[in-house]
Amino acid sequence: MIRSKQDKYFEAAACIIMTVVMILVLFPFLLLFMSSITEESSLLINGYSIFPKEFSLGAYSYIWQSRDTIFRAYITTICITAVGTCLNVLITALVAYPLSLDYLPGKKIFSFLLLFTMLFNGGLVPTYMVYTTVLHIKNTYFALLMPNLLFSAFNAIIVRTYLRCNIPQELYESARIDGASELCIFRKLVLPLGKSIFVTIGIFSGLGYWNDWMNGLYYVSESSKYSIQQLLNVMVKNIQYLTQYGKSVAGEGIPSISLRMAIAFVAMVPVLILYPFLQKYFEKGITLGAVKG
Amino acid sequence: MAEGSKRKKKRAGLKRFLPLYLMMVPAFLYLLINNYLPMSGLVLAFKKYNVQDGIWGSDWAGMSNFTFLLKNRELPILFRNTLGYNICFILVNLVLGVTLAILITEIRSQRFRKLAQSSVLFPFVVSIIIVSYMVRGFLDPEAGLLNHLLQSFGGKRISWYDREQYWPFILIFVNTWKSVGYGCILYISAIMGIDMSLYESASLDGAGKFQKIRYITLPFLKPTMITVVLLAVGRIFNSDFGLFYQVPQGSGLITNATQTIDTFVYKALTSQSNIGMSAAASFFQSVIGFTLILLFNTVTRKLSKENALF
Repeated sequence: MIRSKQDKYFEAAACIIMTVVMILVLFPFLLLFMSSITEESSLLINGYSIFPKEFSLGAYSYIWQSRDTIFRAYITTICITAVGTCLNVLITALVAYPLSLDYLPGKKIFSFLLLFTMLFNGGLVPTYMVYTTVLHIKNTYFALLMPNLLFSAFNAIIVRTYLRCNIPQELYESARIDGASELCIFRKLVLPLGKSIFVTIGIFSGLGYWNDWMNGLYYVSESSKYSIQQLLNVMVKNIQYLTQYGKSVAGEGIPSISLRMAIAFVAMVPVLILYPFLQKYFEKGITLGAVKG
Repeated sequence: MAEGSKRKKKRAGLKRFLPLYLMMVPAFLYLLINNYLPMSGLVLAFKKYNVQDGIWGSDWAGMSNFTFLLKNRELPILFRNTLGYNICFILVNLVLGVTLAILITEIRSQRFRKLAQSSVLFPFVVSIIIVSYMVRGFLDPEAGLLNHLLQSFGGKRISWYDREQYWPFILIFVNTWKSVGYGCILYISAIMGIDMSLYESASLDGAGKFQKIRYITLPFLKPTMITVVLLAVGRIFNSDFGLFYQVPQGSGLITNATQTIDTFVYKALTSQSNIGMSAAASFFQSVIGFTLILLFNTVTRKLSKENALF
C-alpha cells in the first residue's frame, strides 16, 4: 500500500498519543504497588510516590503474620470463584443446548422467559428482601455464590446463538440415530465443540466472582466469611471511621497505608498474572456480547 | 385409530424431549429465585412492610411510599446526578473510545498495537474497590500524590474529599479510565473488518487521512456506535453503584455531587426504617428502565432493523 507523508505523520502521532495514554492507564497500578513496598513513615512524610525514599516489605510480612484473617478471605474468594464459575458454565451450557435446537417445542416461551429477565428486574430492595427473608442466606457462603452471579440470561443467549451457528444440527441427529442419549450428546458433542465459548463465559463469570464485593456488602457481616474484596471494603470503612472520630482512636487493629495497598495488590495479583493469557477471551466476550442473540 | 397414534406420537415426543427440558431446569429454577420472585417483590413499593407478615403478607400502603419519596428533598439531585453523569459517560466514552480505536488501528507495529489494546482494556478487569484505593493514592488530603505535587509547586493542599466542585470531573475521569477500553475493543474490531481496498482507492483519488476517517471509518463504525449508545441509554436511570459508592469513600460533604438513585436506595435500605421508600425508588427505576428499553428498541427497529435488540 502506498503511504503518503501524511499517513506517516499520522502514525507517528498515534504512537506518541497512545504511549501517553498507556502511561496514564498504567500509572495508578504502579503507584499502588510502589506505595505497598514503601516504609510507612516515609509514606506519611513524603506521600504516595512511585519513587519511594525508603523501601520496606513490612506490609507484606504483616500480611503473612495475620494470615488467618487475610488468607482466610483469600481462600474463601478462590473457592467461591472456582465453584461459582464451574456451576455457572454448567448451568449455562445445559440451558443453551436445548434452546439452540430448532425443533424444541416451547422454545419461544423459554427464550422469552430468558430475555425478560434482561429487560426487567426487581432491583435491589425486592432482591434483598427475597434473599434474606424467604431464602435466609444472610451470613452463609450461599450469599457469596448465589445472588446475581450464578447464571445470567445474557450469557445463555450468547451461548445459544454460538451453538446454533457453529454446530450443525445434523450432527446431533446422526448421534441420536446411533443411539446416543441427550446427556451423551451434551457431553461428547456440545461441551467439546463449544469449548471456546464456554471458556469465554467462564472467564467472565470468574472475573465477576473474583471482583464481587456487593454480595458481601449486602448479605455478609460475619468477618469469618469475608471475601478478599469485602475485606478491602471493610478497611475503607475503617479509614472513614478514623477521619470521622479523629486520630485519637487510632490503634493497632487499623491497617496502615502501605498495608492497605499491599492487600489491594495481593487481591489483584491473580488478575494481573492471568490477564495477558486471557485477554483474547475478554476481547472475544466483549465483541460477542454486543452482537444481539 | 388416528387418536391412538396421535397419543403415541405425543408420548414419544415427550420421551424424546423430556431430557432436554430437564437440562433447562437448573437455569430456570435460578431465574425463578433470582429474578422472578424479586419481581413479585416489587409489590413492596405499595406495602407497609413489617417483619412478621413478610413481603407479600404486609398491609397495603397505597401510594404513601411514593408520596414520601416525592417529598424527599434529595430527589431532584438524585435524578440530576444519575442522568447527568450517565449522559457525560456515554458521550465521553463514545468520543474517546472511537478516537482511541482509530489511533490504535493506525499503529503498524503489531506488538505495540496489541500492547496498547491490552493496556486500555486492563482497568476494565480490576475491581472498583481497588480502583478506589488508587484514587485515594492521588487524592488523600495528607499523603496524596496530587497534594504533594501542589505543595511542591508552591500551591495549597486541597481536601479533595470535602469539596464537591471537583467531583464531577473526578468521577468522569475515573469512569473513563476504567471503562473506555470496553467500547474501544468493539470499535477496533469493527475497524479491522473494513475492506482495506476502500482506503487505497480513496488514496488514489487524493483523499487525505482525515477525509478517509470522515468518509470511510466513521460510517462503518456507525452501527457499532448505535448499539453501544442504545444499550447505555436503556440503562440511563441505573448508575454504576460501585463507582458512586466506593470512589467517594462515603464522604458526607460531597453527596450533592456523588449521590445517585442507586446509592440512595442502598442507604435507605440499610437504615431499616425506610424499606418502603427505597422499594418505591427501586420500583420506579425498574419500570422506567423497562419502558426506556422497549421505547428505544422500537425506535431502532424502525431506523435500522439489524441493530434492534429483539
